[in-house]
Amino acid sequence: MSEKLTKIDIITSPSKFDDLKDALNEIGVAGMTVSNVLGCGMQKGHKEYYRGNTVEMNLLQKVKVEIVVSDIPVKEVVEVAKKVLHTGNIGDGKIFVYEVQNVIRVSTGDEGKAALQYRDK
Amino acid sequence: MNGINTGDTAFVLFATALVMLMTPGLALFYAGMVRRKNVLSTTMHSYVAVVIVSLQWILIGYTLAFGKDISGLIGNFQFAGLNGVGFAPNPDYAATIPHQAFMLFQMMFAIITPALISGAIAERMKFMAFVVFLVLWTTLVYDPLAHWVWGVHGWIRDFGALDFAGGDVVHISSGVSALVAAIMLGGRKRKKAVTPHHIPMTMLGAGILWFGWFGFNAGSALGINSLALNAFVTTNTSAAASAIAWAVCEYIHRKKVTSLGVASGAVAGLVAITPGAGFVSPLASILIGLIGGAICFSSVTFLKSKIGYDDALDAFGCHGIGGIWGGIATGIFAWKGINAAGDNGLIHGNIALVGKQLVGIGATIVYAAVVTFLILLVIKKVIGLRVSDEEEQAGLDVSSHGEDAYGGLN
Repeated sequence: MSEKLTKIDIITSPSKFDDLKDALNEIGVAGMTVSNVLGCGMQKGHKEYYRGNTVEMNLLQKVKVEIVVSDIPVKEVVEVAKKVLHTGNIGDGKIFVYEVQNVIRVSTGDEGKAALQYRDK
Repeated sequence: MNGINTGDTAFVLFATALVMLMTPGLALFYAGMVRRKNVLSTTMHSYVAVVIVSLQWILIGYTLAFGKDISGLIGNFQFAGLNGVGFAPNPDYAATIPHQAFMLFQMMFAIITPALISGAIAERMKFMAFVVFLVLWTTLVYDPLAHWVWGVHGWIRDFGALDFAGGDVVHISSGVSALVAAIMLGGRKRKKAVTPHHIPMTMLGAGILWFGWFGFNAGSALGINSLALNAFVTTNTSAAASAIAWAVCEYIHRKKVTSLGVASGAVAGLVAITPGAGFVSPLASILIGLIGGAICFSSVTFLKSKIGYDDALDAFGCHGIGGIWGGIATGIFAWKGINAAGDNGLIHGNIALVGKQLVGIGATIVYAAVVTFLILLVIKKVIGLRVSDEEEQAGLDVSSHGEDAYGGLN
């Protein structure tokens, strides 16, 4: 059974996260892990002000979305994310794609693709 | 010394400071209930009220509310810029404390009232729109209402409706205005996903509100007398009873008593007793609190979701509804045995007072709603009320204020 398990990390600005979540839900991605992170890349930082003094912020607030898919094509997830997040400016974010060795659902012991699927009750 | 009683004065100045602290307390109460990305924006609403009304009040607010009456509708400009507001008492309002002390005490009420409205518009209103709204609202709604209900020859006061510490003037006015604002602004996007980000902050805010409310209600007696002490007792009692009622309702509804529910219940009880604190007995205040808690719980839990308005922090549910119940309850439970200068309510054989209360309540609701609607309409046309969708998603702290509440990595 060739079932590829793929992990996709999407790191983007908090101002786009809600739109991204809705778009992912629409293509059938139901499970995700989301964290508030600090990060930097090409954006050298934006200015913030504390009692009149400028402070150079090199780490910016970002949101990291982690999902693992099998049935849903990786290309589809990547295209949806690109579509929602794209503005053409730096700060749009990055998407990382990894191979996953295994996925285990703890409550039932399911492994692999089955662990990602939800049976309708 | 001009008939000044130092005990009364010390008490009123202390009460003034207590009420002042209620606005930062409100800031904490509200800010804990919004999302992390909007905590500073919400806090700002209350502090903006402090700084703006502090100036507006001494320039024109105080005189419009408490100046010499014009046709029962508004005060004149005799006290503009605190002209004539000196150490000597103003016997029209408080014969045993300096005029300045009375003015200062009243200032703190004028400050917290518009801050209450911010609960309904949280997480989506343009900052400048809120600032402009505040200036206009306090001048066009609060000052006239304060005059009608508390001013000498104010028409609601002369009519005979009772409002000891601001059920109409503070809570119904802000609560109803909040509802209008919530509707005109529209609901937050994805509001179903919103959860409070810092409930301990909210609990602390509620505690500070309860603490400060002793100044709000007992201080409204303007001196050390039986009314002040009665108000102190009824205030605490109503808060406690209402918190219990809310907790019971919560348990019946969802089998869990929450800390947020107990805090909200206490606040609802404090609102409900405000118009009657110096007119009703302690036992009556138990009933007022119990019923107030249950009514406010229902309006927050059922009415809001049924009708669908996004009164984000329940400004209408607690202050509007709580204030309306409190006003009616005053009409039921008021007793001349507590306050000879007051009136008797329904249970003491006088049906007329309930009618008078309803007139006062009704006038407050209509006036506050209509003027708030007009103010917001004008602001909407000129600068717009709401932030953009992207600003709302990013959060108002960073979008409107360029600030990050909880800092960086360490």
